[in-house]
Amino acid sequence: MLELKQLTKSFDGHMAVEKAAFSLNKGEVLGFLGPNGAGKSTTMRMVAGVMEPDHGDVLISGHSIITERREAQRRLGYLPEGAPLYADMTPVEFLKFMARAYRMPRKPARQAIDRVIADARIGNVASRRIATLSKGYRRRVGLAGALLNDPDVLVLDEPTDGLDPIQKRAVRALIARMAPEKAILISTHTLEEVPAMCNRAIIIDRGRVVADGTPESLAAQSPGGLEETFITVAGAAEADVA
Amino acid sequence: MKQWARDTLTGIRASYGRELRAYFATPLAYVFIATFLMLIGFFTWEASSFFDTGTADLQPFFYWHPWLYMIFLPALSMRLWSDETAAGTSELLLSLPVSVTGLAAGKLLAAWTVSALALLLTCPMWLTVNYLGTPDNAAILLSYLMSFIMAGAYLSIGAAMSSLVTSQVLAYVIGVVAAFLFTAAGWPMVLGAVSSALGTGIGELVAQFSFLTHFETAERGVLEVGSLVFFLGVIALWLALNVLWVNQRRSTAR
Repeated sequence: MLELKQLTKSFDGHMAVEKAAFSLNKGEVLGFLGPNGAGKSTTMRMVAGVMEPDHGDVLISGHSIITERREAQRRLGYLPEGAPLYADMTPVEFLKFMARAYRMPRKPARQAIDRVIADARIGNVASRRIATLSKGYRRRVGLAGALLNDPDVLVLDEPTDGLDPIQKRAVRALIARMAPEKAILISTHTLEEVPAMCNRAIIIDRGRVVADGTPESLAAQSPGGLEETFITVAGAAEADVA
Repeated sequence: MKQWARDTLTGIRASYGRELRAYFATPLAYVFIATFLMLIGFFTWEASSFFDTGTADLQPFFYWHPWLYMIFLPALSMRLWSDETAAGTSELLLSLPVSVTGLAAGKLLAAWTVSALALLLTCPMWLTVNYLGTPDNAAILLSYLMSFIMAGAYLSIGAAMSSLVTSQVLAYVIGVVAAFLFTAAGWPMVLGAVSSALGTGIGELVAQFSFLTHFETAERGVLEVGSLVFFLGVIALWLALNVLWVNQRRSTAR
């Protein structure tokens, strides 16, 4: 469903992402891990078609993000970092705007909006201005927007960042419900969330994929578990570059 | 091509509704309309001494349009893209399956609608001159239409400038500067200076790029197809630059 082919991006001579290549199948929830500045968000922006890679390509359900960008984006749901939203709108108005952008006919759009409002559990705030909502609700409104077109691939940049434990649990449950039918790429730096949400994890450092496996297999590589593996491989990559 | 047209129309529909709503969700549109009406009233009745002219026409009213548009319309267009960048919503927008041309055109049309509303609300002046005498209503209608199209040209410049920077204030300032260049190029004082420094030929060439020059004929009630094509060409050019600059973000953004 999602395939990254030698994805490369540099800024002013600094390599942000270097030949990232992996694929993701239906039912896979991939935790995309890395220290700050490792290239996670840059990779996700390229996958979402927001940023053009210098080299390489991304295939979403077989459609190239370079040559068939809009076809690829039609099959993608994207939650950018920080879940930016239009503060002057209500969640319902925001979802109607998204439905228009996905060219959904009126009746299916209404049904889809009702569905994602229920899935994201935002019914009680659906008519309030987004500016007045808490961070947790805003994140869930963003998530509802990403789910609206029932995409094959979900790309979620830090979906639980800044949420309280109850809200985190609600988001994790939502992701678990979506997982069997979709390929989901989740960026996070909260390692303890990975086993709870993901059935696969990739560690990226300085733009390079340095580890790929199930959360359990990565945790088994070090006596200290996933955290120690993370520190070891990320640190080793840093030493390589130095 | 057919698919591109559909994606463009989708983008126009989505962003037009969103932007128009945003204008009226904040005081921006109301303040713009109220201030524009107050100032155009002041300049028409007081500064141009309308009642001393002794003629029932709206030339003193239309005379001020390019100058007021130059100052006010960049205020309307300054938020179109810079606000998206500052709030991070541009990332969401660019991940949607719509063409950037559609998004840019929808935003421009929304701002143009607000300016058209302001223009529409000046119609009592038209009624007033009809009460006072027998003006050439066809000429006034033509002036209104050309003023509307000229407003689109000013807004297209402002919208393009807004896509270049993340600060609304900066977008406003460079929008006004660019609009000033397109306006003042036809001002007699500027034309005189350019002609004496670089020759009459260059002076006339510079004047051809001025909104004043092209609007002047419409003020007199004369429709010049060349002027209409000029304004539409300016809109198309700046819209194309807007699309180009937004697309460039895909390759240069961090």
